[in-house]
Amino acid sequence: MSNIPAELKYSKSHEWVKEEDGVFTIGLTDYAQNALGDIVFINLPEEGDEVTAGESFSDVESVKAVSDVFSPVTGTVCAVNEELLDDPAQVNEAPYEAWLIKVENVTDTEELLDAEGYEAVVAAEEA
Amino acid sequence: MKLLFERSCPGRGADLLPPCDVPAASFDASLLRGAAPRLPEISEIDLGRHYTELAKQTHGVNDGFYPLGSCTMKYNPRVNEEMAALPGFTQIHPLQPVETAQGCLEAIYTAEKLLCEITGMDGMTFQPAAGAHGEYTGLLLIRNYHLSRGDTARTKIIVPDSAHGTNPASATMAGFKVVSIPSNPEGGVDLDALRAAVGPDTAGLMLTNPNTVGLFDPNILEITKIVHDAGGLCYYDGANLNAVMGHVRPGDMGFDCVHINLHKTFSTPHGGGGPGSGPVGCKSFLEAFLPTPRVAKTESGYAFSTPEASMGRVRSFYGNFLVVIRALTYVLTLGKEGIPEASAGAVLNANYLMKKLEGVYDMSCDGLCMHEFVMSLERTAHDLGVTAMDVAKRLLDFGMHPPTMYFPLIVHEALMVEPTETESPETLDAAAEVFLKIMEEAKADPESLHNAPHDCAISRPDEVTAARSPIVRYDFDA
Repeated sequence: MSNIPAELKYSKSHEWVKEEDGVFTIGLTDYAQNALGDIVFINLPEEGDEVTAGESFSDVESVKAVSDVFSPVTGTVCAVNEELLDDPAQVNEAPYEAWLIKVENVTDTEELLDAEGYEAVVAAEEA
Repeated sequence: MKLLFERSCPGRGADLLPPCDVPAASFDASLLRGAAPRLPEISEIDLGRHYTELAKQTHGVNDGFYPLGSCTMKYNPRVNEEMAALPGFTQIHPLQPVETAQGCLEAIYTAEKLLCEITGMDGMTFQPAAGAHGEYTGLLLIRNYHLSRGDTARTKIIVPDSAHGTNPASATMAGFKVVSIPSNPEGGVDLDALRAAVGPDTAGLMLTNPNTVGLFDPNILEITKIVHDAGGLCYYDGANLNAVMGHVRPGDMGFDCVHINLHKTFSTPHGGGGPGSGPVGCKSFLEAFLPTPRVAKTESGYAFSTPEASMGRVRSFYGNFLVVIRALTYVLTLGKEGIPEASAGAVLNANYLMKKLEGVYDMSCDGLCMHEFVMSLERTAHDLGVTAMDVAKRLLDFGMHPPTMYFPLIVHEALMVEPTETESPETLDAAAEVFLKIMEEAKADPESLHNAPHDCAISRPDEVTAARSPIVRYDFDA
């Protein structure tokens, strides 16, 4: 069973979001990292890049496949977790600590789910 | 086993050059390297043994069953090799006068006519060196077509989420933005999602039919119509042509251009045995944009020609010419009756094996499949802890190449099986027995499968470390 912390928000495409003072921190959920398998490479945007809700901002490569990561929000990237470039395994080990990017000046967000809503999405995918 | 560098011994070599009988040339010092490259020094017999040892650790279609889904690992008949080895095809130079290479030009011309007939296209280029290169070339046809009409707004290519990963990659390379649309439960195109995705910015759609779960999309005419009505073009990824060749044609399904993989469908060497060849065919309204050169038939014989609005070259000279000779040999050998028979055999073999495994393995879709089928090990992974990877690894112990794993992405714990038409019922029966035995093992002793294969030269390479920290050159100081 996937770990789905109650205090976070989620997208249907398996990203988690945490908002603090207008800054949105975005990462991959436990379900996503488990489905991907061992992640060997992460491609991240740069600070100052614009991201758009529902569009890809990153790709992650595991031993199984390369997959897009979709932004749940529209805004400007204000921080990038560069540690992941050298050590992508952090996403597998601690998905809710290994954030990918932080976004500010957010003008739009996808319909975000609470933990209960996201649990239903995961349950549907596992069914 | 030892690397060539570890077998190296200073002063040893594999050739004896005759004494130099021409004056030595001198080069400017700036053009010369400071030290000789540290290449392995090794005798011919040791070199031969090194490669023989490597060959023994691999599995080819000559070793056993090779049901690698989506790759069409059919047998490559020897007669193809005999034809490709004819001196008239090998003892030529790409720049020799065309009047001295008429046979070679006729071979390209004939191959184009026959493959256009099979795909329902009007013109074809043989320049692309493999499938993804063909996709890229086909997408440039689409781009050049829209631009030639001054329609600069068409910047998006629609790709279903069940597609081969090369589709979005090629579209991006060709300068398009990729729009991914979801599949319906049968793995086909979701018509409502397609209708919502098309618009004045649609350059085209890329599609494989049958799709990657091995089903023919019954809505294909509606799909291509939706795209055409929006002003876009339709691109056919020929990866799965082996299911339908001689029965239906991409051109009749409404596709405007297509690439085919000679190294899959038309029995030319594959994988490590390449090179490949990914010819691109198109309808007549796109012919003007094809790469140069093409072969034309004139009153004075065959000649090279350049299409009026050609995109230029996508590869040097005429593509992988000898691969085209092999494919031409295959098509002429099978003929008009044999080509559809080959496809029918591929579909029959896939269904035969699928039915033998049904009930023990979960199939991704009910009913009949085309040339391949997809099994999901999700339930086994959940209940027994035995994954698609574990089953694939165990197959190696039985001298069988595993099916394609973890593809398509829309099926969890996927194993994609494509037997091809060249396998006998005995081979399929034996393969089914192995699959069923492995499922018995999974129930009795799941732990043993986690360590499979048990009898291979290499058990489970550490793919994760290899990908995260690859060692790509020899360390002389280690």
